[in-house]
Amino acid sequence: MRNIGLMIVEIRFLLFVSLLLGPELGRVASATPVEELADSSPTAVSILNTHCVRCHGPAQQLSGLRLDARGSVLDGGYSGPAIIPGDSDGSTLVQRLISDREGYRMPLGSPPLSGSQIDTIRSWTDQGAQWPEDAISPTEGDGSSPKDKDHWSFQPVVRPAIPPVRNRSWVRSPIDAFVLSRLETEGISPSREASREALFRRVNLDLTGLLPTPQEQKLFLLDNRSDAYEHLVNRLLASPHYGEKWARHWLDLARYADSDGYEKDLLRPHAWRWRQWVIDALNQDLPYDRFTLEQIAGDLLPDASQEQRVATGFLRSGLLNREAGVPRGQVRFEEVLDQTNTVATVWLGLTMGCAQCHDHKYDPTSQKQYYQFLAFFNEAQGREVDAPLPGEVGPYLKSLPRYREERRKLLENAQIFVSRLQERWEAMLVEADEHPGRHLDWDDILRGAILGELDRAMELLRMKPTDRSWRENDLLTRFFFRFPGPENAKDESLTERLKELGKKLGELDESFPDLSRASVVQAKPSQTHLALRGNYRSPGVVVRPATPDWLPPLGETGEPDRLGLARWLVRKDHPLTARVAVNRMWQELLGRGLVITSEDFGTQGERPSHPGLLDWLATEFMARGWSQKQLIRTIVISSTYRQSSRSRLQLEERDPENVLLARQNRLRLSAELIRDAALRVSGLLDTRIGGRSIRPAQPEWVSKLTYGKSAWQESQGRDRYRRGLYVLFKRSAPYPQMVNFDAPDSSTSVCRRERSNTVLQALNLLNDPVFMESARSLAIRILQEAPSSWEGRLDHAYRLCLGRLPSSRERERFRQFFTRQKEILEREPESVHQLTSGAVLEFQPLQVASWVAAGRAILNLDEFITRE
Amino acid sequence: MDWRHFQALQKRRDFLQSCASGIGIMALADLLAGDGLTAAPAVPANPLAPRPPHFAPKAKNLIFMFMEGGPSQYELFDEKPTLRRYHGKPLPASHTEGLEFAFIQPTASILASSFPFRSYGECGMRLSELIPHIGSCADDICLLRSMHTESFNHHPAQLSLFTGSIQLGRPSLGSWVLYGLGSESSNLPGFVVLTSGPRGTSGGSSNFASGFLPSHYQGTVFRQSGEPILYLGNPPGVSIPTQRAALDLITDLNRIRRDSTGDEEISSRISNYELAFRMQSAAPELTDLSQEPSSIREMYGLDSSDEEEKQFATNCLLARRMVERGVRFVLMMDAGWDDHTEINKKLPKRCRKVDRPTGALIKDLKQRGLLDETLIVFGGEFGRTPMVELRRPEEADSAGRDHQPSAYSLWMAGGGIKGGQVVGSTDDFGLRIQQDPIHVHDLQATLLHCLGMDHERLTYRYTGREFRLTDVAGKVVEKLLL
Repeated sequence: MRNIGLMIVEIRFLLFVSLLLGPELGRVASATPVEELADSSPTAVSILNTHCVRCHGPAQQLSGLRLDARGSVLDGGYSGPAIIPGDSDGSTLVQRLISDREGYRMPLGSPPLSGSQIDTIRSWTDQGAQWPEDAISPTEGDGSSPKDKDHWSFQPVVRPAIPPVRNRSWVRSPIDAFVLSRLETEGISPSREASREALFRRVNLDLTGLLPTPQEQKLFLLDNRSDAYEHLVNRLLASPHYGEKWARHWLDLARYADSDGYEKDLLRPHAWRWRQWVIDALNQDLPYDRFTLEQIAGDLLPDASQEQRVATGFLRSGLLNREAGVPRGQVRFEEVLDQTNTVATVWLGLTMGCAQCHDHKYDPTSQKQYYQFLAFFNEAQGREVDAPLPGEVGPYLKSLPRYREERRKLLENAQIFVSRLQERWEAMLVEADEHPGRHLDWDDILRGAILGELDRAMELLRMKPTDRSWRENDLLTRFFFRFPGPENAKDESLTERLKELGKKLGELDESFPDLSRASVVQAKPSQTHLALRGNYRSPGVVVRPATPDWLPPLGETGEPDRLGLARWLVRKDHPLTARVAVNRMWQELLGRGLVITSEDFGTQGERPSHPGLLDWLATEFMARGWSQKQLIRTIVISSTYRQSSRSRLQLEERDPENVLLARQNRLRLSAELIRDAALRVSGLLDTRIGGRSIRPAQPEWVSKLTYGKSAWQESQGRDRYRRGLYVLFKRSAPYPQMVNFDAPDSSTSVCRRERSNTVLQALNLLNDPVFMESARSLAIRILQEAPSSWEGRLDHAYRLCLGRLPSSRERERFRQFFTRQKEILEREPESVHQLTSGAVLEFQPLQVASWVAAGRAILNLDEFITRE
Repeated sequence: MDWRHFQALQKRRDFLQSCASGIGIMALADLLAGDGLTAAPAVPANPLAPRPPHFAPKAKNLIFMFMEGGPSQYELFDEKPTLRRYHGKPLPASHTEGLEFAFIQPTASILASSFPFRSYGECGMRLSELIPHIGSCADDICLLRSMHTESFNHHPAQLSLFTGSIQLGRPSLGSWVLYGLGSESSNLPGFVVLTSGPRGTSGGSSNFASGFLPSHYQGTVFRQSGEPILYLGNPPGVSIPTQRAALDLITDLNRIRRDSTGDEEISSRISNYELAFRMQSAAPELTDLSQEPSSIREMYGLDSSDEEEKQFATNCLLARRMVERGVRFVLMMDAGWDDHTEINKKLPKRCRKVDRPTGALIKDLKQRGLLDETLIVFGGEFGRTPMVELRRPEEADSAGRDHQPSAYSLWMAGGGIKGGQVVGSTDDFGLRIQQDPIHVHDLQATLLHCLGMDHERLTYRYTGREFRLTDVAGKVVEKLLL
């Protein structure tokens, strides 16, 4: 990918410079007539030197090609050898000199070489392309790209000395020394510590994503141990909700969703199983190096456990286009590109995807290095496997014989010769695959449905039924029932019976206990080609898996496979992995990364605001055994984290973006946490952890807008009130509240979310039935739990929702509101009925209705949806 | 420019301080080049406030009538007598090289169109008899017969058309326009989506998503009945006075919080709640068509007995009412033009549905003096093949056409467009472009140009690079312009 804006700037800048310097310099860039340059008897090598080596020589090697030495000419570039000695017609170099296709003919952007020059090169090629010994190369070079390998983030992480500060009493941890020393240089004092109430609410939200209850707050405020806060932090880190909160961030990075995306956007019934793994791994504080190994190469670990295989679901979370007629090669290519780019972003903080089509414009990643990196992922394929959770296997095995028996009986009694029909069906599909165009109607089924929706379709169809597992056979039978093919479709009664039978089989499957399954990867040898211009239909040279040569070598850590790659990523001398990881954790706790472009540590990313602090955190992270919990603990214990988030007028002028960290940041809660907060304070939230995705109520027409028009089957019972993390994410029609509050679309890895502030958010909080139901429950809760005075109730509402008591101004404003609301409702008896939802309560309906209206207002306050 | 820079800019209201970011440098370069950028504008605190274009625009608003699925150029826009001669025979071998399609083989037989063309308007534009009302506007229409795109699959091609990239996740055309120009309406969304047809589109929400642009810029879906915008209506029991009382309370408490925290973000939230309240009355007013005179209802076909035509007619009339009220970008998505089968049966029906309302929209805008400032685009993500697709070989009536990205037709009218002309031509089989190829990036560049924006200067910084709608390509097609 080219950075177009900047490229244009460069060009404009050049034009601008040339204007300043006058016409002489300007002429250098313009094309000089070829004939003028040609000397009386140019040799082939001198022609190459004059016309080619500027782009294909020591200074730069566009398309990986150097034309300044015989060896490199024969090796060629990304599209293979440039010259085949003795065969000028077969030599790419000659073909590209004589082509009349603009953009293909070389030299690019210049007039073609003259006929005599081309003849010279032709005959030189035909005579063996010998390189004269006295040939003068323009300049010596080491063949490396001139790009910035000295960039700060590519240098080793060195544990920095902790800087001295004057105000030593403020320093609780080395973090504070780094922050304070910078502030002292600028003559700025840090902010005072947030109130205990505010800090309590903040750290609860940051570590577990849940609003604390007034009882929990009371206990904390009564705890007068000097390290009460540290105890609190330990308790929160041990909470199973910690894993839920931090899993969501990891899900963003992994572009997680519950459906494939694109047109058909089929649901992924097993996707949640990997999410479960993430929650568990975070709660167990699986060290980040293990966390990495298992997700990238869990299947390759010696004696890989089921959970280690499940971890590789990370690689399976990307988009998948199952649209009918999409070339399979393209789908596969895009899948591997996505895996490559995601891993590069998540672990390396590099925008490697830019090198898909050409050498990276700014970072040292060459196109070849990109495809070498991609090759790690190309040597793998997706599979679905059983991944039972504890307690599933027993009942499954116990019922299996009965299930098989009932299934057999069902098929037998149906008196359709299913196996014979299916045999013919399979044969026709194989034939359609081998001879496209011979049977148009079979082509249609194969390309329109089977290839898109059935993974490993041709592999399964070509196997003999006896070589398949019974489950594979069952799977094919299920597809046979769904798409019985043109011949069987003509027989109406048969079609009807097949449909009926398919339905019965489905019901049978539903009625028996099944095992949870998971999408994983497994090794599969395959050859990787560089894709010329990023197009998979233009294969270039073959590449082997390798890591970029300007980073530490792969060699010492293992084999050139995914496991070797994962081990390489977590080498302690890797300059990027730890920095990138700690920066994101910092970002989640302070609102912005030390490197604000947390997705880009390359040369186009921003430099760290506190380089010493970043490196200190990175070394601390590794020194503490890659423990994410310990690193998070270190950060939230610091004075820096505990500061008030209040703006300070003079500070705003000097540091409007709070780069220097002289205060905390006020942060709007994420989409999921806003849902959790409303359900929590109203007492509706179901805090069960893990499991399948759920579907809260949403207007019917939201899912109707999609191609598949798939119905949104609302979850029933307590499931409706589960945390936002578990709301089913359908890529083509995500749950509206998630979209409105900036949940990522999960098309690519997201390192930092937007925090927008929009009118649709206001409508969402005001009018979405989920929030209205919360307001109603909140009102009833307030009336039931609080002392019976109006003041006592308002205090309770504030404690529940905002973790503090109202000020006298706020109390006064609420008093006015209640007067006004009562006036309105006295005139609207029907509204009272609707607001209270007709519930028979021990309270006056008008009173309940007024509190519903008040509760609704509180849930809409900026403060309620903000972590301060 | 990334969002953080943008916000910082808004705070400081100092345009040229943004030199480190895209538009700033562009502005500087332009000042140096002396091509007269308008005086540095004060960037308003509201991200949706109107912003000055790069240069004087021809059009203020855009109505994109997206016929999803790939309308056939052979039956509608690009007359090919040669197909009749080859009907039932394969394409000459010289034409098949390098062809690839989603479903059919290049050797499939040619299918001639069953629908005659005739000349329309003073310009004599050749269009199908299936679309007489659209034809009656021929002198305002600029027909492009040489559109092309890359992908022969729906979703990637729709992404190309609307986001400039086949990869999911980029901002859509409407989002870019809103980001560049802001909204003229203070009580309606600036980018509205209207849908029709038997199902959703392949592209779904990605055709109007804001991608990596902030979510202010995403398209807002309007429905024709019931609640026009999601969560627009008050919940049961919340009357207008109750809603007002709640908003007054929320605003006052938010102000108190803003004063104690000093966080200006709360001011934006306050104004968003006020806008929400205004929208609650403005949107239903907009969708209430009961006050439209019967002549207008008849013109659009609003009272048609055909439910599908009624729905499309309603969308056309809504589009006009939106443009009148300052909505910047209206995206109408009519799904289902994917005629793989039974094209001779299904296409005429669909044409009947869209023809009269579309013609009415052009004429109505014109009689109100709005056509000059409203750009209309009508077309799909690709065209169809000259060869037949026969999924049920034994039934000749089931004939349809496969997807074809290499050459297809689309038309434009209104703001800044020179009507009464045809641009571009294709070979005898309509497979390859002979004159004036127009890539979807060129179309995008031209649309932005009509709206007063330079597609190379409308950039947004994300993941380390400046992104554009037109990626690394796109040329304004001067021939289309007045």
